[in-house]
Amino acid sequence: MPLSIQEQTMLADSVGAWVARESPVTAFRRVRDAADPLGFDPAAWRSIAAMGWAGIAISEDQGGAGLGLAAAGLIVAGLGRALVASPLAATIAASAAILHGGDEAQRRLWLPSIAEGTAIASIACDEGGHHDPARLRTKAERVASGWRLSGVKPFVAEGSAATLFVVAADTGLFLVPADTQGLAREPRSMMDSRGHASVSLDVTLPADARLSDADLDTVLDGVRALAAAEMLGLADAVFAMTLDYLRVRVQFGRTIGSFQALQHRAATLFTRIELVRSCVAAALAALDARADDSRSLVSLAKAQAGDMLNLVTREAVQMHGGIGMTDEHDVGLYLKRAKMLEGAGGTSAFHRDRYARLNGY
Amino acid sequence: MASGSEGFRRASRDWLGTHFPRALAGLGPRYMSSETPPEPTPAFLAWKRAIAEKGWGVPTWPCQYGGAGLSEEEAAILAEEMAAAGAWTPIGGMGVMMFGPTLLEYGTEQQKLRHLPGIADGSIRWCQGYSEPGAGSDLASLQCRAEDKGDHFLVNGQKVWTSGAQWSDWCFALVRTDPSDKRGGISFLMIDMRSPGVTVKPIRMISGSSPFCETFFDNVEVPKDNLLGATGQGWTIGKRLLQHERGGISQMSSDVPPLHALALTHLAISDDGRLADGELRVRIARCEMEALALALTVARIQSESEEGGPPQATSILKNVGAWLAQERAELMLEILGTRGLGWEGAGFAAPELEACRQWLFSKAVSIYGGTTEIQNDIVAKRMLGLKDA
Ligand SMILES: Cc1cc2nc3c(=O)[nH]c(=O)nc-3n(C[C@H](O)[C@H](O)[C@H](O)COP(=O)(O)OP(=O)(O)OC[C@H]3O[C@@H](n4cnc5c(N)ncnc54)[C@H](O)[C@@H]3O)c2cc1C
Repeated sequence: MPLSIQEQTMLADSVGAWVARESPVTAFRRVRDAADPLGFDPAAWRSIAAMGWAGIAISEDQGGAGLGLAAAGLIVAGLGRALVASPLAATIAASAAILHGGDEAQRRLWLPSIAEGTAIASIACDEGGHHDPARLRTKAERVASGWRLSGVKPFVAEGSAATLFVVAADTGLFLVPADTQGLAREPRSMMDSRGHASVSLDVTLPADARLSDADLDTVLDGVRALAAAEMLGLADAVFAMTLDYLRVRVQFGRTIGSFQALQHRAATLFTRIELVRSCVAAALAALDARADDSRSLVSLAKAQAGDMLNLVTREAVQMHGGIGMTDEHDVGLYLKRAKMLEGAGGTSAFHRDRYARLNGY
Repeated sequence: MASGSEGFRRASRDWLGTHFPRALAGLGPRYMSSETPPEPTPAFLAWKRAIAEKGWGVPTWPCQYGGAGLSEEEAAILAEEMAAAGAWTPIGGMGVMMFGPTLLEYGTEQQKLRHLPGIADGSIRWCQGYSEPGAGSDLASLQCRAEDKGDHFLVNGQKVWTSGAQWSDWCFALVRTDPSDKRGGISFLMIDMRSPGVTVKPIRMISGSSPFCETFFDNVEVPKDNLLGATGQGWTIGKRLLQHERGGISQMSSDVPPLHALALTHLAISDDGRLADGELRVRIARCEMEALALALTVARIQSESEEGGPPQATSILKNVGAWLAQERAELMLEILGTRGLGWEGAGFAAPELEACRQWLFSKAVSIYGGTTEIQNDIVAKRMLGLKDA
């Protein structure tokens, strides 16, 4: 059952209140400056799990809230507004993959502990600098005892913290606990200071490790739509920050927001953000409903969000002038996370191409 | 071309062949515009000495100030020959690009002899004390005070975003000598950064390094000899200097390797040899074509301008140059993908890490030297004659 507008507002408000109380941007700065490869504060993650958000998209019979990706998107966007460092988005996307492609035993094995926050999960797909799920080189071969997986996933989100990986290989998706013999990971320090890691696999898995009903594109669409939701959250915050600055910064004896050149650009940013808000909501709802057009809508959301956020963050720095270039100001933190998300699950160009293909041209 | 210039071409080729260390070929951007330049090697230092002696770091400056007295035509030939050899000048910075040309135009003979040779041989570094916390785009509202004390000025106030202040020997600064006259109350001072009362505090940038600073002047005594032009002429001189700065910024991307070469080695190629990613292919073509359009426009404006030095059109060139630098940095990250998003440490090649930092730094190009908006304002008001209500 999709949330009513009223319920959506309540959920977004409670996320906002939690963020203000538990994890404003200063908390992200602390995490960043600590340079712990984990990339988040375990206490914040426990608090997130205690709110029930890790299990938001997990069915009630497996210990979750059963509210689907639409509700998850509201939470991810809300955390994105304050750059909350947590493995929530990755874990929700992985939980959706297990819910969608797992059998009863696999669900029972993993979903309750994900909902509790004791398991942290992440989907490991990309193998090079570019999102290219049609050409995966990670090999999965049948062996007597089950499966043999080998390959390298160089930039896995939350790769240092994850206790479970959903690994995309040439012949399907596999559940690989992080402590599996033959799995090695090494932290990667990236622009957004989050917990990325390179994960290399040379593992033997039991026969029941394969998510036999999972479709890779559907699984990835969860990642993409949640990335778009987080991007929307970032944009809302950066835009608000920029509007505030336009109202207070004085040059030539007037606030810079009184210059029409900047007013019109602020209006354009607002327009782009509003379009993305609709696209993100439609994409998440379509995934929850398993609608026929969910793929098109997810590509729409990701492509629009990518272009929008690139513009919004660029303009935000520009309109802040020199101070926007300083590490002390928050706008740069958003710029960096935005660039990471722009490529996550495919760039805008990837999704325009996919949209055209899906629509037969 | 005249045989004399052919002779000059041959002579410069020979000289470069003898003096430019091949090991440094193509490393100009790494040394000169990198966030993390390499340690100077003996070859680098020898090259810097050789080119300084020859006066080719500032080839068109007169010989008595450390230049080589070349004509524009000869300087253009030299630039071509250097590009062909992968050679580049290790003598740069704000002294060469902006302050030197301004000093040549407005300085007394004594001031030129005192300050230009150190710029020409790369031994003295200059920084720019223009912006203040309350005076950025509205530069003329600057407050840093210089009181006339007879034989010296007493300077009190703060500058901000002073690039390279922590490494600089001297600062050229705009200061207020008359609080009652916004523009006419501004003067142009040369301030020794080792003077008592100068304090510098580096500011960390989003790209991780700290190339700019807060600069404080607390009862700093500046001798009268260090006034450029007349008292109250600072706004005119300061704007002239900005034209040199903007002209320089417009040229930033002029000698960088073409993006398509990098793309072809990094990305999927279709059966007919084109980049498979059609959208990226178009964006790269647009960027390279814009660069060519800019180069042609720079050349046209240069050939049409009668008086020496950069014309007002530098504002349009600066904006195109800033767009190019930013789009190029953006496309570098498109080409490298996630590999270009590494911050530091294991798992990334040096050029990949550099691309990330460069992308972050590139956001500043449309801000420093006067923002894109301010350039457009100058074009609209001064070139097109459009007025505020
Ligand atoms: C990396 C870097 C290096 C720098 N190095 C130096 C240096 O060495 N020396 C030095 O003196 N300064 C330096 N600067 C400062 C630079 O010149 C100023 O940042 C710039 O002039 C803008 O001023 P501001 O930062 O105060 O922004 P503001 O003037 O506050 O501008 C904020 C925003 O408002 C816009 N705006 C302002 N007025 C108008 C208008 N009338 N119409 C439309 N839009 C308007 C601006 O374009 C900008 O987008 C540097 C800046 C950077 C980022």
